[in-house]
Amino acid sequence: MTLRSPLGQVLGLGAAKDGVSHWWAQRLSAVALVPLTLWFLVSVVRLDAADFSAAHVWLSAPVHAVGALLLVVVLCVHSRLGLQVVVEDYVHQPGAKLVTLVAIDFAHVLVVAIGAFAILKVAFGAAP
Amino acid sequence: MYTMVLSISHRITGIVLSVGLIPLVYWLVSLASGTAAYALAVERLRSPLLQLLLLGWLFSFFFHLANGIRHLAWDCGFGFERKQARASGWAVFILATLLTVLCVLWVLQLRGAPV
Repeated sequence: MTLRSPLGQVLGLGAAKDGVSHWWAQRLSAVALVPLTLWFLVSVVRLDAADFSAAHVWLSAPVHAVGALLLVVVLCVHSRLGLQVVVEDYVHQPGAKLVTLVAIDFAHVLVVAIGAFAILKVAFGAAP
Repeated sequence: MYTMVLSISHRITGIVLSVGLIPLVYWLVSLASGTAAYALAVERLRSPLLQLLLLGWLFSFFFHLANGIRHLAWDCGFGFERKQARASGWAVFILATLLTVLCVLWVLQLRGAPV
């Protein structure tokens, strides 16, 4: 039992109730991705990527492994939030919208799991 | 540059970059799977089609990065006048193109290919 009026309970919640947190998470992940993506791009270009041992040694260094983990996780967070907005804006049929959003969620969790597993396997595995 | 062109381009490059998660994870998985898998991955990624796609991802990345910073500036309340928004739009396009060209030249130089 609450003494708040029905109007008072919903004021400020908005249609989706969590719009600001979505907006904020999108910006925070964007800011984090500026250094993460640039670091990763420069590192991979500087690496002789065709050389398995060189790439393996690079990724197995703790700092690089943690950086790569952060990159994969934050990329997926940012990508998921961005694709969600695009789907919500352009897919109007409710059933198709739900199916697409669920598929996007599953795909991103899968990418994080596979990417993280690969990075950790390299980081904790024996040197080649 | 018209802001509407930049706006839809931000979304399109964003979708393109989301698809780019697949080759990124593929590269990581191949690195975790040993020398044979990695050699195959490098061979595939160096195929003409993939090199072309990687070029597209590279431009998309620089475009989305530059335009994303433009969006963050807007979020902070800067650059909203039409003239400023169009000028920054051109700046984003030129910067993204320039960074893509420089990055490609850098890669070619490191590979020892004639530039």
